[in-house]
Amino acid sequence: MMNTSSTIPVEGAIEAPWTLPYRGTVGMACLIVAEAAIFIIFVVAYIFYIGKSLSGPTPAQVLELPIFGTICLLSSSITVHFASSALRKNNLRGCTAFLAGTVLLGAIFLATTAREWHHLIYDEGLTIQTNLFGTTYYSLVGLHATHVIVGLILLSTTLAFSLTGHLKEEHEKKLEVLSLYWHFVDAVWVVVFLVVYVLGR
Amino acid sequence: MATPVLEAIDQTQAPPQGPPRPNVIYTWLTTVDHKKIGLMYIAYALVFLLVGGVEAILMRIQLAVPNNHFISPQVFNQLFTMHGTTMVFFVGMPILFGFGNYLVPLMIGARDMAFPRLNAFSFWVSAFAGLLLYFSYFGASGLYAAGSAPDVGWFAYAPLTAKVFSPGHSTDYWTLAVFLSGVGSIGTALNIVTTILCMRCKGMKMSRMPLLPWLYLVMASLVFVAVSPLTAAQIMLTLDRYIGSHFFDTQAGGSAVLWMHFFWIFGHPEVYVLVLPAFAFVNEIVPVFSRKAMFGYPAMVAASVSIGFISLSVWAHHMFTVGLGAAGNTFFVFATMVISVPTGIKIFNWLATIWGGKVIFATPMMFCVGFLFQFLIAGLTGIMLSAAPFDWQLGNSYFVVAHFHYVLVGSILFAIFGAFYYWYPKVTGKMMSETLGKWHFWLFLIGFHLTFDFMHVPGLLGMPRRIYTYEAGRGWGGWNLIVGIGAIFQVAGLLFFVYNLVRSYYRGKEAGHDPWDAWTLEWAVPSPPPVYNFAIEPTVNSRRPLWDLKHPEDPDSDYE
Repeated sequence: MMNTSSTIPVEGAIEAPWTLPYRGTVGMACLIVAEAAIFIIFVVAYIFYIGKSLSGPTPAQVLELPIFGTICLLSSSITVHFASSALRKNNLRGCTAFLAGTVLLGAIFLATTAREWHHLIYDEGLTIQTNLFGTTYYSLVGLHATHVIVGLILLSTTLAFSLTGHLKEEHEKKLEVLSLYWHFVDAVWVVVFLVVYVLGR
Repeated sequence: MATPVLEAIDQTQAPPQGPPRPNVIYTWLTTVDHKKIGLMYIAYALVFLLVGGVEAILMRIQLAVPNNHFISPQVFNQLFTMHGTTMVFFVGMPILFGFGNYLVPLMIGARDMAFPRLNAFSFWVSAFAGLLLYFSYFGASGLYAAGSAPDVGWFAYAPLTAKVFSPGHSTDYWTLAVFLSGVGSIGTALNIVTTILCMRCKGMKMSRMPLLPWLYLVMASLVFVAVSPLTAAQIMLTLDRYIGSHFFDTQAGGSAVLWMHFFWIFGHPEVYVLVLPAFAFVNEIVPVFSRKAMFGYPAMVAASVSIGFISLSVWAHHMFTVGLGAAGNTFFVFATMVISVPTGIKIFNWLATIWGGKVIFATPMMFCVGFLFQFLIAGLTGIMLSAAPFDWQLGNSYFVVAHFHYVLVGSILFAIFGAFYYWYPKVTGKMMSETLGKWHFWLFLIGFHLTFDFMHVPGLLGMPRRIYTYEAGRGWGGWNLIVGIGAIFQVAGLLFFVYNLVRSYYRGKEAGHDPWDAWTLEWAVPSPPPVYNFAIEPTVNSRRPLWDLKHPEDPDSDYE
């Protein structure tokens, strides 16, 4: 072995092994770029219309920081990460538990959004038709909530597979692709939070 | 033979013996093969090319003489709306996606796209979108019984699209059609990027990839950031029209200019989405018919990628007449002029490839030479229009129409025709007729120049776009007549093309694997290629794997 490693390698043998990226990851990355562009347009519309409403209510009057929901959603990013690393180590029980946690935290976030909307519509009288703030607020937060719902459907399906014992170690890469999507949904929420609840107020 | 005992145990059901299914239709409807989907994209685009072409002809008849009453103003508005929307979303995009679908896996040595079922889904969504747009002719006005097509222009500026100004459902059909076409485009673009990054055959590093997949990679990446904003804007418009939000409602403080920004953030990169595949075809055809390797491959790749980036920062040159202020004008004038640098690099590289080559003037090459010439002129009028003061004078005139048709017809359509003649032997196994091809080329070339060279003149004389007629004393009449006559030549050329497509399929000369003595992988497989493309996964050592095979004594891999 010593001898062969010291000789000059034969031409052609130096070629590195042929590996290409996993297509699920690349496909999801493409989807995220496209979705990010959609969100950017909605965020730009929101920022452009800050303070341009012709009538009330204004964000400062009616919006409160959704701290609890935000904590839940951001923690769900951590739990989904633990779920996929548990699956990588073939810890199926742990994976199921973390998946269930993720679904629960996501559902709590959705519930806080629903409560906020209920409050805004019935107590404050703000709908999508009221003024430019209502238009941009409901569409931006609603677009994000739609993505949370899609993510929750996918995660619940995975959880169902996991509970029935169909989720195996070999699906680890696929779960990672799903968690990539969920991280994206969380990252978008950070932007929405900053724009709507910090900058916009 | 199974024993009686085993038969008693074996509960396997015999497969149901239904009526024999209509095989051809069933195969095409359910296919996930990238070649079949690519061909369906192309066929579907050709049908819409016919429809959009008829719309253009009707408009030209109306404008051929002053004070004409061939069609009413309302119909004229519908015609230019439908013509623009059809040509961009249901001809340009699908035909280029079709070629991409067909060629990209073959050229990178893959057996199919990365996501075959997504591929089929994207195609059918796009196809449905086109039907939806034209269904507006029957179903759009809802309660009023008679249909009506969208008439808000292909850019659909606010506030004309608001429910009060555009009642009925014709604008909704437009919105939905464009939205769905966007979904399909994003799906296919995702597929193309993933295929190119993850499915290349052994040895095909990015630096060895043919230029066609490279340009499709840039084009598809551009689709994500260009088409998505339009999709977002369509969601907003639908919300405005259906549940009373105020994005573009000027009565409630909404901004019509915001729509213009959103539309052109899509609209200008879209030009590059359409033109990059045209560059891709020329990149493949010019070297083969010059019998030389592509000149300046790395510069070509770099120029394409930088076109992709710069194209994202030029959109507001469509809005100089809105009044952007000095800073905005300066930025967008500068950015627009800068994009001529990478495109100039490309033109010089093509010329350098032809230079000193043993040029064969077969039909594909002739269309590419036409492309080079016309793309140069289109670029020059583009630089003229990129100067804001010049644009204030000529914005929204026929000069602009002539400029962008020079890009869309003179450059993109010419490259597409070249691609048809070049790859038709691969797809069908038959050569297209050279004689008919030459007729097609010359008639179309003459028609093109009659129409679009002379269209610049009424623009310079002040004729605005989108008017349904004009007075006699303006001095526009004669020019418009020449423009209309050019259209006749183009139609004649197209008839030769269609006849050639059909006739060659039945009577064309056998093509064999590699009729052009070309160098990329698609020519290594039989014509038409088998379902699985490559029986053995190929391995490549250079940018021209077939050159290496044909010239083992002097392979390209020694020089790269």
